[in-house]
Amino acid sequence: MIAEDGSLPIRIEQDVVLARQTVRQLAVRFGLRLVDQTKLVTAASELARNAVIYGGGGDMHWRIVERGVRRGIQLQFADQGPGIPDQVKALTDGWSSGSGMGLGLSGSRRLVDDFDLDTAAGQGTRVTITKWI
Amino acid sequence: MDRIPILQMGDLLLVTIQVDMHDQLALTLQDDLTDKIQRTSARGVLIDISALDIVDSFIGRMISTISALARIMDATTVVVGMQPAVAITLVELGLDLRGVRTALNVERGMKLLQLPAGEP
Repeated sequence: MIAEDGSLPIRIEQDVVLARQTVRQLAVRFGLRLVDQTKLVTAASELARNAVIYGGGGDMHWRIVERGVRRGIQLQFADQGPGIPDQVKALTDGWSSGSGMGLGLSGSRRLVDDFDLDTAAGQGTRVTITKWI
Repeated sequence: MDRIPILQMGDLLLVTIQVDMHDQLALTLQDDLTDKIQRTSARGVLIDISALDIVDSFIGRMISTISALARIMDATTVVVGMQPAVAITLVELGLDLRGVRTALNVERGMKLLQLPAGEP
């Protein structure tokens, strides 16, 4: 169930900063503790940057989701880029198709409670992460 | 264009990062700092990140690169003031800032560089 939602374009590098600020505000508003705020904002920063660098820009959709009595902050980073042909490899630490350190996907997965990667060659990439409050 | 100021104190350079860094700003800092190390013959670089509420892999990589560059130019870099939540997140992300010297605060960082606080 979705209690509230919104979305933000992530086209250029400065949008990554905006995405971080938006997620921080949500995390504070919905009462995540400081360490979890920091983890969620950091994961958002990694995924937003991926969308800009590898996906050629995209969007961040956020939702406040409810599962039973629990609420969570869910973020989806969607781009129309080339997609990721080998998901297993992409989720391995240190693997990178670009000039990064290869920690963006694998690292952000460790920072959140739920992580879903939906991508294929030529199909763009959608990464959905959730942090439960 | 935005720039992060670099202060000179004797043969020490002090960089206080107070803004939410976008990527270009981080790259500019890298250039400015190496330039300043050369011009001032600085032996130590203190980077205060106490105002940063996140360090992601990009900023982490920038810190490692600056530290490596400075070392090649005969200057020691100490990163000070990392918030506990940032440290926890950084390690979980998979970044351990290997090769980067850290200290709890500016004062301890200066001690590490063997320059008493307050003495220029």
